[in-house]
Amino acid sequence: MIAIYLLFILMLSVFVGFELIRKVPATLHTPLMSGANAISGITLIGALSMAGGESGQWATWLGAAAAFFATVNVVGGYMVTDRMLAMFKKR
Amino acid sequence: MFDFTLLINAVYVISATLFILGLKLLSHPSTARKGNLVSSIAMFVAIIVTLLDKNIVSFEWIVISIITGSVVGGFAAKRIEMTSMPELVSLFNGIGGLASVAVGWSTVLGNSDLSIFVLFVTFLALLIGGVTFSGSVVAWAKLSEKIAGRPLVFKGQAFANVLLLVLVCLSAYLFITEPTLLTWHYLVIGLALVLGVMVVLPIGGADMPVVISLLNSYSGLAACAAGFALENNLLIVAGALVGASGIILTNIMCKAMNRSLVNVLTSGFQAVVKNEMKIEGEIKPLTAEDAFFVLEAAQSVVVIPGYGMAVAQAQHALKELQTLLESNGAEVAYAIHPVAGRMPGHMNVLLAEADVSYEQLFEMDEINARIDSFDVAIVIGANDVVNPAAREMKGSPIYGMPVINADLAKNVFVLKRGMATGFAGVDNPLFFKDNSRMIFGDAKETINTIIRQFAD
Repeated sequence: MIAIYLLFILMLSVFVGFELIRKVPATLHTPLMSGANAISGITLIGALSMAGGESGQWATWLGAAAAFFATVNVVGGYMVTDRMLAMFKKR
Repeated sequence: MFDFTLLINAVYVISATLFILGLKLLSHPSTARKGNLVSSIAMFVAIIVTLLDKNIVSFEWIVISIITGSVVGGFAAKRIEMTSMPELVSLFNGIGGLASVAVGWSTVLGNSDLSIFVLFVTFLALLIGGVTFSGSVVAWAKLSEKIAGRPLVFKGQAFANVLLLVLVCLSAYLFITEPTLLTWHYLVIGLALVLGVMVVLPIGGADMPVVISLLNSYSGLAACAAGFALENNLLIVAGALVGASGIILTNIMCKAMNRSLVNVLTSGFQAVVKNEMKIEGEIKPLTAEDAFFVLEAAQSVVVIPGYGMAVAQAQHALKELQTLLESNGAEVAYAIHPVAGRMPGHMNVLLAEADVSYEQLFEMDEINARIDSFDVAIVIGANDVVNPAAREMKGSPIYGMPVINADLAKNVFVLKRGMATGFAGVDNPLFFKDNSRMIFGDAKETINTIIRQFAD
């Protein structure tokens, strides 16, 4: 039953995503992609319980690796997006 | 210890709301920066509240990973040149994929009694994450010219791909039926990595906007699959948002080339179309000095940039020329084709870097409606996206692709290194039109010469 409930969430968020991103103008497509990169670093919250958990050494190390990669995505993604968006100016 | 599960999930709801709000603010350049900030706050609160998870017993690895990750990410973000943005985005896509692989793998290693559903979604996280990683690395290598940008194909590649897909299905079965056997883990990840390489290798440089968008979408879908494996709502919501964003961009890019996604992904396998059509007319070269006299008299100028502008790093010189033209009383507009450059929005970022106002950047349809009113169209480092063959030559390989109708402007200046054809290998009738003049040489040099003429 939990699978069905999760699929519900997936279905609704995909529709929300489509509606929101359709409205992003072409001029912001690059920042949109790097911003999306940062958001996909959300795997970090999944990695945290692995990196700090006690389900075996391998699982911990992989969790730590995942946390590292995801943090690169989160920090790098948001910073570079901000750097780009700061350049978009009106005259 | 007190169980914070309820609190954690409540904060996840707030976090998801903020992600959605952040994306909503991204729909206009004036609010976009705030949107990015809102989105980063959403991420921050989600991370902080997750640290209360009762499964977390030690923090040393977490602290080490987060600190080193922040240093690497921050360093990359600060140091990167705007012209290298496509490379950075594809690397970040790849790293996102890798994170999902590690989370998925860690899930199967840490639990021995997983349901078939969880095993299946974990398999998906490993597969999509692996494909995203190796595909992005190949895309990065192509973009940074570590390997040739042209499509790389070998004999029997189509057969090899079919075989690979069969093996992937087989590995899924083995992985789900015997999840404790490490061999199957390696098999799934290994096959995913090979598949990613095989998908991106046959794709050429000019199709990179499609590939990057697609890999962007995959990195979200991989996070989504990991979310199913961990039964984590926020991972699913955020992953789906990224997945949807990538799919929309992929779709826009494909439409802008009048091709289907399947066509783009398999284009390397198709024989190069030789077009028999002869183009009438002759090439009329022009010196930068003569171009100056036309520009000086022009009332309105439209600039159409392409990948060549990025290569020549000509955006700052262009901005300087724009200022001179404007103080001379002319109107200056920029026309951006959706697939100009190597990633969606590539030209816009470079021009923004050079301080060109976003209100002067126009999309293809807006500019085409009034292109005939412009005195001069300057085509700089673009070819296929201004090729009138797409409009008037039935049978041309790019016939039907929406293009910027540069040839309808009163005068056309084409800034070009030499007479090489564009990516599609199609001759460009624009160069032979009566109203078009070719200015050969490095684009930045040419513009600087014109700027010097204005100064005199």
